Amino acid sequence: MAFVFKRRFFLIARWVIMAGTPLWQCTSSSSTAERIPDVVDYNFHIRPILSDRCFKCHGPDGNQRKADLRLDTEQGLYKALKDDPQAFVVIAGEPEHSELYLRISASDTSMLMPPPSSNLALTEREVKLIRRWISQGAKYQKHWAFIPPQPREVPETDHDDWAKNEIDNFVLARMEAQDLEPNEEADKERLLKRLSFDVTGLPPDLALQKKFLADASPDAYEKVVDALLHSPHYGEKMAIPWLDAARYADSHGYQDDGYRTMWPWRDWVIHAFNENYPFDKFLSWQLAGDLLPNPTKEMLLATGFNRNHKITQEGGVIDEEYRIEYVTDRTNTFGKTFLGLTFECAKCHDHKYDPISQKEYYSTFAFFNQLNEKGLVGDIQLASLADPPRMSISNEDVKRILTFINKKDKDPVPVMIMKDSSKVRPTHVLVRGAYDAPGEVVDFNVPTAIYPFDTAKFGRNRLGLAQWLLSKDHPLTSRVFVNRVWQEFFGRGIVKTSGDFGMQGELPSHPELLDWLALDFMNHGWDIRRLVKQIVMSATYRQSAAVSERKLRSDPENIWLSRAPRLRLPSELIKDHVLASSGLLVREIGGPSVKPYQPKGIWESSTSGRGVLAYYVQDHDDKLYRRGMYNFIKRTVPPPVMLMFDASNRDQCEVKRMRTNTPLQALVMLNDPMVLEASRVLAERLMLENTQADEKISKAFNLILCREADEKELALLNKYYEEEHQTYAAAPDKAAEFIKQGEFRHEEIKDTASLASLMQVVHTLYNMDEAITR
Amino acid sequence: MKNEFLENRFGINRRHFLGKLSVGLGSAALGSLLIPGLFKGGDDDLASLAGIPHFAPKAKRVIYLFQNGAPSQLESFDYKPMLNKMHGQDLPASVRMGQRLTGMTSNQTKFPLVGSYFKFQQHGQSGAWISELFPHMAKIADELCFIKSMHTEAINHDPALTFMQTGAQQGNRPSMGAWLSYGLGSENKNLPAFCVLLSRGRGNGQGVYSKLWTNGFLDSVHQGVQFSSGEEPVLYLNDPAGADRIARRKMLDKLAELNTMGYETFGDPEIQTRIQQYEMAYRMQTAVPELSDVSKEPDHIIKMYGPECLVPGTYAANCLLARKLSESGVRFVQLYHQGWDQHGNLTGEMPLQAQDADRSSAALVMDLKQRGLLDETLVIWGGEFGRTNYCQGNLDEKNYGRDHHPRCYTIWMAGGGVKKGMTYGETDEFGYNIVKDPVHVNDFHATVLNLLGLDHEKLTFKHLGRRYRLTDVAGKVIRPVIA
Repeated sequence: MAFVFKRRFFLIARWVIMAGTPLWQCTSSSSTAERIPDVVDYNFHIRPILSDRCFKCHGPDGNQRKADLRLDTEQGLYKALKDDPQAFVVIAGEPEHSELYLRISASDTSMLMPPPSSNLALTEREVKLIRRWISQGAKYQKHWAFIPPQPREVPETDHDDWAKNEIDNFVLARMEAQDLEPNEEADKERLLKRLSFDVTGLPPDLALQKKFLADASPDAYEKVVDALLHSPHYGEKMAIPWLDAARYADSHGYQDDGYRTMWPWRDWVIHAFNENYPFDKFLSWQLAGDLLPNPTKEMLLATGFNRNHKITQEGGVIDEEYRIEYVTDRTNTFGKTFLGLTFECAKCHDHKYDPISQKEYYSTFAFFNQLNEKGLVGDIQLASLADPPRMSISNEDVKRILTFINKKDKDPVPVMIMKDSSKVRPTHVLVRGAYDAPGEVVDFNVPTAIYPFDTAKFGRNRLGLAQWLLSKDHPLTSRVFVNRVWQEFFGRGIVKTSGDFGMQGELPSHPELLDWLALDFMNHGWDIRRLVKQIVMSATYRQSAAVSERKLRSDPENIWLSRAPRLRLPSELIKDHVLASSGLLVREIGGPSVKPYQPKGIWESSTSGRGVLAYYVQDHDDKLYRRGMYNFIKRTVPPPVMLMFDASNRDQCEVKRMRTNTPLQALVMLNDPMVLEASRVLAERLMLENTQADEKISKAFNLILCREADEKELALLNKYYEEEHQTYAAAPDKAAEFIKQGEFRHEEIKDTASLASLMQVVHTLYNMDEAITR
Repeated sequence: MKNEFLENRFGINRRHFLGKLSVGLGSAALGSLLIPGLFKGGDDDLASLAGIPHFAPKAKRVIYLFQNGAPSQLESFDYKPMLNKMHGQDLPASVRMGQRLTGMTSNQTKFPLVGSYFKFQQHGQSGAWISELFPHMAKIADELCFIKSMHTEAINHDPALTFMQTGAQQGNRPSMGAWLSYGLGSENKNLPAFCVLLSRGRGNGQGVYSKLWTNGFLDSVHQGVQFSSGEEPVLYLNDPAGADRIARRKMLDKLAELNTMGYETFGDPEIQTRIQQYEMAYRMQTAVPELSDVSKEPDHIIKMYGPECLVPGTYAANCLLARKLSESGVRFVQLYHQGWDQHGNLTGEMPLQAQDADRSSAALVMDLKQRGLLDETLVIWGGEFGRTNYCQGNLDEKNYGRDHHPRCYTIWMAGGGVKKGMTYGETDEFGYNIVKDPVHVNDFHATVLNLLGLDHEKLTFKHLGRRYRLTDVAGKVIRPVIA
């Protein structure tokens, strides 16, 4: 069905501070061909240019500032020049008398800014933009992300028949302004596949496919959404990006890279999502569970978030150097995960772009600097699975309180947690970030330009810091989290640079929507499951992913969401899909990580030879068929397939993965024993069914592509099967070889030629682009 | 029927299509084909890529023979007779100047100087001092350019290695090879631009880790592809048992047809990219085993590298493989040879390490030379820091150990636009401090990039709001070593 879209003037919600400036001209990527907007906006047009090209020398970093000129503050912009008090940086309305304009448009290269030696330059369009902005009054604004989210009016649209909820009104308003119209809704099969992978990380099984297709009721979709949101696999899926941010791994990292047992913390994350802990609780427990009144063992376990950083076991390191490294990692992880800021840039000097001074960096560092911990507890020979402070989890704990932990044996499991020492450790600014160059002592604080830390309201410890984050008018916490959840469902955040909401980050494509979502999320008790439901219920989410040439040309990155994005599955989910669709998947949740098939010698060729992880000892039986997220991550040698498909190496906090398409990925899908084994097992199962070959092929297609094959596809596959059958019938040795794959029990099937041919077809299906794309 | 998809999609048959790929495409177009997304936008700093290389390159390819664990400069190339003279005496405080120590020697009360157990001699026209442990390198002294004034900031293996490879001690930055792959693309449509070969020595070893050849924030096509000595030179390269090349070709044809149907439904260009990547994977499956098979090398080549070069996974075999990869156009071949961490038993271990590394390193240089490839191939040999001039642990007549020393160490380079028979930089007579022409790790990186025609200040990638460089915010090109 096609919608008829009447052109209509939309009431576009305003970016409040801009007093009515319509923002529809701005995109986050400023193409040079774009025309100059009628009304130039500081936040959307000017600051990105100044930040990228000028702030390095004329920005927040006091030590690097040239000519005592700064362009990142209102004061600095309107100031008289140091060398020539008669002249001003910017005179509103008068570009020809504004030094800023004169210097960026100078033809004399000795006057030109930025200087050619900087390798930076302004485009002609950017110079024009600045000129127009000055002509129009040179109005300054605070950086958008540091202004608390504002209540936004939901744009009215004519198309209530398209919009399913508020998200759609915001999205449609922007689409219209770009002269785009939404795609039709995806067909039910493809929509179900997308939903199922996005919410649980698993393909819809045949029963669910059938049920959904047969359900003609108006709330058929919502029923599936609710069912999936309450599946225990929802928590697993939601946990994956959180494990990236928390740099979770099963080894200590660094040279010798010994074993650690932080997996109970991972089990807690899954539990927290499944129990739908509100985000404020989820955040507070992880940041400061130990500081809550009478902390339970569960609260303490949650603080393991802060201890997932790498720890050295290299004999001979300087203890304090590494202790500082751990505090630094915690501070940076806090900055990126909760604030979406590049805190790490302020470790050695004031931040070059964002208002985070080096002093403020160490003031935040102070919160994480209070542990009674060591840089080096024991070298690899005396390795510990968990360096202090730590707690031990017994079977009794698991029986009584920590029931969600999948504990396998009787031995207590040690887990690293947070515990501040009773005496406050003074924190110094470290000159140039060097551990052995302490400067002035700093108090607990935060970068105040973001949101001030009121010591009357907030305690001077991590709990106070958590409360600060959760303040009603904090500009970042809700936006940053909502944006990352959005990113999981649309492949791209409303702020594309989900790890950088600062001046150098990209501007939000839908600023009003981001604000609306952020406030709505807070106003509804930080309810994560509700947020996810809102997203997947939207018409925006339900669109088809087909793309016309016109849309591809006008919006190649799909910024305006006039189609659903086609996204390759994340690394873990490829394994999940292959195992689930072949029937091999063991749906157990949590527990110690597993060591599935891995090419020989990968750990061995790079190890120092010390510690229990020097050699890879592959697991067997059920442990071969666990979900991808349970693959053992040895930090120095992460599972190679995971890296090939862009998973994080868990070296440090990451909030966004890349999505590449490489020949090595093709080799994995073609030759990985896991994929081959699944092809064999599925083929065997189909062989045992009393059906014809074409029915078997059709069913395999259903399982792997999650839809009915069309006639052309079936014809091709059936023909392929016939051809393979001829080949294998003539070469029984080859057939016998081919069906040997994997350790899983082999069924007694006499017709090896048919089995091998069917396996070949199944294997081909797994290699289709669509199979690993949602 | 067979190649219908190609004929439909591209209006040409496959042979024609693949033929077009291999010849007649400009490097930019080829780059974009092999490195999807290279010209597609995203976070890439496109401006910096335009017109790459930045200027005429002297070298086209790099082979980096990394000696992992830090070989002692004092038993190899930095001859210090003063240490033999003062053998056993304490390191004067005026020389040490409060330099920090690792946790391994910081509680030693004495720091007795120790002279090299091995004899030094001058070699070649250039008169380079080389110890008796490296007779083959000594023979090619006039091809080498020694830098005796390397210094680093890190004092432990992990950060020091990471620094040498990625330009930063911590963090997940792209390694040198990834930067070059990003900056210059691939020269060979059948092979990755950045290949990694590992070998274990016979001395005290320190691990290596995939972070060293990471793509960091660059596209993962720039990640180093680790070659292994096992059955598969590249992970997942071999077809499964029971499926031969013919079966594979057929499968790929069917697959391409199916994927093309998907493309017709969705119009997503990623589907076409995937079809191409499967084709490249198929070509790699033929090209890589051919390359890694050294059995067809003539006898005189085997003799040059030594008989161990026939044993897969040895340093000698990797040197030979490095030549073959480089010869086939692999931009950056990175070797890691472990076992150079002689905290103790130096006189026992170092000869074994040298025995493994000396002959084949020299052979590689000469092999490239006889093929006319040395001029365009930069060979680098060295570790992550130096070793102390004083003894760690027991100093007895015949044995001793040396701790980590970041203040000075020696590496050599050859070919690829570097001056021959040269020594650059100088350390004091104690081999403790640099007295002339220091070369920081950032300077070394700037110089290597320069040799490849890249301006280290212009080869940038914008990630999370910042333009990153291999050289971070420092580095200067060491012009005197450039021919």
